[in-house]
Amino acid sequence: MKILIRNGRVIDPASGRDETADVAIAAGRIVAIGQVPADFTPDRTIAADGCVVAPGLVDLAARLKEPGPGALESELAAAAAGGVTSLVCPPDTDPPLDEPGLVDMLKFRARKLSRCRLFPLGALTQRLAGVELTEMIDLTAAGCVGFSQGEHPVKDNLTLMRAMQYASTHGYAVWLRPQDPSLSGGVAASGAVATRLGLSGVPVASETIALHTIIELVRQTGTRVHLCRLSSAAGVELVRRAKAEGLPVTADVSINSLHLTDIDIGYFNADMRLTPPLRQGKDRDALRAGLADGTIDALVSDHTPIGNDDKMLPFGEAVPGATGLELLLSLALKWGNESRLSLAQALARVTSEPVRVLGEALGSLGQSAGRLVEGGVADICVFDAAAEWQVTPDTLRSAGKHTPFDAASSGTRMPGRVRHTLVAGTLAYSASSDPTTS
Amino acid sequence: MTNLLLDAEQLYGELRAGVGRLMTPETILVGIWSGGAWLAQRLNADLKAQRPVGTISSTLHRDDFGERGLGAVEATTSLPFEIDGARILLIDDVVASGRTIRAVVNELFDYGRPASVELAVLVDRGGRELPIAPVFAAAKLTLPANQRLSLARESDGRFTFAVKETT
Amino acid sequence: MLARRNPQLNAHGELIHLLSIEGLPRAILTQILDTAGTFLSVNDRDVKKVPLLRGKSVFNLFFENSTRTRTTFEIAAKRLSADVINLDIAKSSASKGESLLDTIANLSAMHADMFVVRHSESGAPYLIARHCAPHVHVVNAGDGRHAHPTQGLLDMYTIRHYKKSFNELTVAIVGDIVHSRVARSDIHALTTLGVPEIRAVGPKTLVPGDLREMGVRVCHDMAEGVKDADVIIMLRLQNERMSGAMLPSAGEYFKSYGLTEDMLALARPDAIVMHPGPINRGVEIDSRVADGSHSVILPQVTFGIAVRMAVMSILAGNDA
Repeated sequence: MKILIRNGRVIDPASGRDETADVAIAAGRIVAIGQVPADFTPDRTIAADGCVVAPGLVDLAARLKEPGPGALESELAAAAAGGVTSLVCPPDTDPPLDEPGLVDMLKFRARKLSRCRLFPLGALTQRLAGVELTEMIDLTAAGCVGFSQGEHPVKDNLTLMRAMQYASTHGYAVWLRPQDPSLSGGVAASGAVATRLGLSGVPVASETIALHTIIELVRQTGTRVHLCRLSSAAGVELVRRAKAEGLPVTADVSINSLHLTDIDIGYFNADMRLTPPLRQGKDRDALRAGLADGTIDALVSDHTPIGNDDKMLPFGEAVPGATGLELLLSLALKWGNESRLSLAQALARVTSEPVRVLGEALGSLGQSAGRLVEGGVADICVFDAAAEWQVTPDTLRSAGKHTPFDAASSGTRMPGRVRHTLVAGTLAYSASSDPTTS
Repeated sequence: MTNLLLDAEQLYGELRAGVGRLMTPETILVGIWSGGAWLAQRLNADLKAQRPVGTISSTLHRDDFGERGLGAVEATTSLPFEIDGARILLIDDVVASGRTIRAVVNELFDYGRPASVELAVLVDRGGRELPIAPVFAAAKLTLPANQRLSLARESDGRFTFAVKETT
Repeated sequence: MLARRNPQLNAHGELIHLLSIEGLPRAILTQILDTAGTFLSVNDRDVKKVPLLRGKSVFNLFFENSTRTRTTFEIAAKRLSADVINLDIAKSSASKGESLLDTIANLSAMHADMFVVRHSESGAPYLIARHCAPHVHVVNAGDGRHAHPTQGLLDMYTIRHYKKSFNELTVAIVGDIVHSRVARSDIHALTTLGVPEIRAVGPKTLVPGDLREMGVRVCHDMAEGVKDADVIIMLRLQNERMSGAMLPSAGEYFKSYGLTEDMLALARPDAIVMHPGPINRGVEIDSRVADGSHSVILPQVTFGIAVRMAVMSILAGNDA
């Protein structure tokens, strides 16, 4: 199908392009940006006046673990509605992604839906039990872009070191959540708020001790490690020093940690029950500065759809996590506005930079994913940067309606509304045919 | 605003005369908080009564708790004598529907079993909703339903009437 | 925003739930204490009952066992002429997997007017208050480590009874404060009522530094903590603290933080000693002190019934 996106503000963070131009798409690829050939006859024209035309978002952390069946359909539809054209999902599905067959099936089902590209992380150890290694070569052949333990700890440092050594033999990246298993049992971040509310705390040491361990093992093994969901100022500083030393580490931060603090728990709002837990204001400031200066490479949604039965419980009993795919763009823009960054700088953290983190794992796709390149893949997000919206359960397509940014909890006005999303040149989402947009 | 037609001090004089005629050596004066309590205290002193004077509040037995909530808590009941077998003369500033008296009598019976309970008031403004009657009232009059009448006490102990319009 | 309004107060600022002392204005605390004074006299009458809650059903929902607290709430409710139903949820539907909110919905369908709730998770009563029927009042009888507001109030009543004014007091709270809902409620009440010096006394594992942000002075030395104190509130030490590597033994704890007669002598000569109970003799407090002339532990219990009567009657009189 030939598509023409007309008159939009084309922003490509990777190349620095920021201009009003037409974009012509054919056979799943961008054929022209700007000088569209006169004989190009589109089957469909999208009017992008007053809108930004950007690369489709690349979300490095979105869980597809469901409430209920049909979860893949609803969650990938949510991705498309959020302008996300590629997402990385952790291996903690049920059963975990430790067998190539499971990965094949997941990728097959996602491809059929044509809503969003799916890049699974393979389990680092069998059943995520943290003891025996998985068949990483086969898992990579099936499509895994890296190896992870999800939220599950590795049995001990010896096993972790060996797993990292094996992965690095083949150049595979290991994605790790820096949290010490014996210190991370609390339900809120240690500090004055947790003490006042009487909630068991997770000290910063849980993150820093784990980071020290991981960074030391990177020094010893040279493994490419991606650090998932930094939450503290001390953590950011450790990553900054590791990068300055030239170690092959990258990092991400979630939309929740970027915008919220422990005070937002308010009257025990279980939508604020998250892992990592929300820390204090100075941690949030350090995370924001770290994302701006590149110490933190990518902003992720950390999307985790959770049903009412698991959230309408006392704070400590609620399952941690929040929905986020449909909020990633708006929260990236909000952070960019508040930090006085350009649209391109803000968008880079959810487009070109995540692709750089994935590196060779994307194969040839990596040459144009997260970017707008003539001849490259047509993964595009068209959005109205000036529009504002508020999050309510019926504006979300995800089966998970629980988010700290819900209008009732936070009253946050979300900047930016997706109008169209294209994946491989196919229209995956269009606001005009979406009943949840008014 | 003070109703000039009602001179509280003058009515008090009549109440004192009436109560004086009713009292026996055994009678115990019990004033209903707040106006009745002031009256009972002054009566007890003026009539040189032998017994201590009591104060009683209707707060805990009111029938309008569901609509009005608990209300003022300064009103407390203080009955420094044995209730069983006592001859009690309740004193109040104004009787109207009779519900306050009903609540006060219930409160009294929480403490014991009096031999008799009678009522004397400064003003009977009518509008009874219960079968309650004072044995003495210094004045009987009618007031518009939206006017509330109550006793006020000046800093020098003199009584005046306060009339409030309620909506 | 709905989630931001203090869930304990209605639109007129009147109390409709008692979930925590934190966030309640001083006037409401004073109202409760004054009302409790009225109810204290009811306990001395022949007929120890007033009809304020007649026809109302009070459901005691204890997800965490406590015979003492449940009994005092039951006595208080019955003295107000309410019908009291006791539910030991720990043994019944919750263990069959029924969710907390389903339990509440079922009970609401039985026309409950008031829930008195004790739960092991901090914040559980807030969840209940958010989801129960509008006319139902919730009283927190203790949630996790977070709050025990009626205990805080009766502790304040006790202090006011013996010390009259809060304005110049030094109050020391000693023991396992980090795990104590009583301590948190006491601290909030003391700060709201204007007590100038509040000390939290205990070892670092039980008295963390960030308690300072609640408005207390942290003391890890007992002598420093009780010196010239007007009021000493002792907290119970639970056995779990030893097995959780927070303390080596009860014996060592008593040596450093037990209230002995020698320690008490450092406080003001007219200091009062309080304890929410049940006391561990020889662990946090010496028997001679617990039974001595400074101890007001038993009067606390009497005041507790009057305070709970006050709370229930104030709540029952306010609309959502």
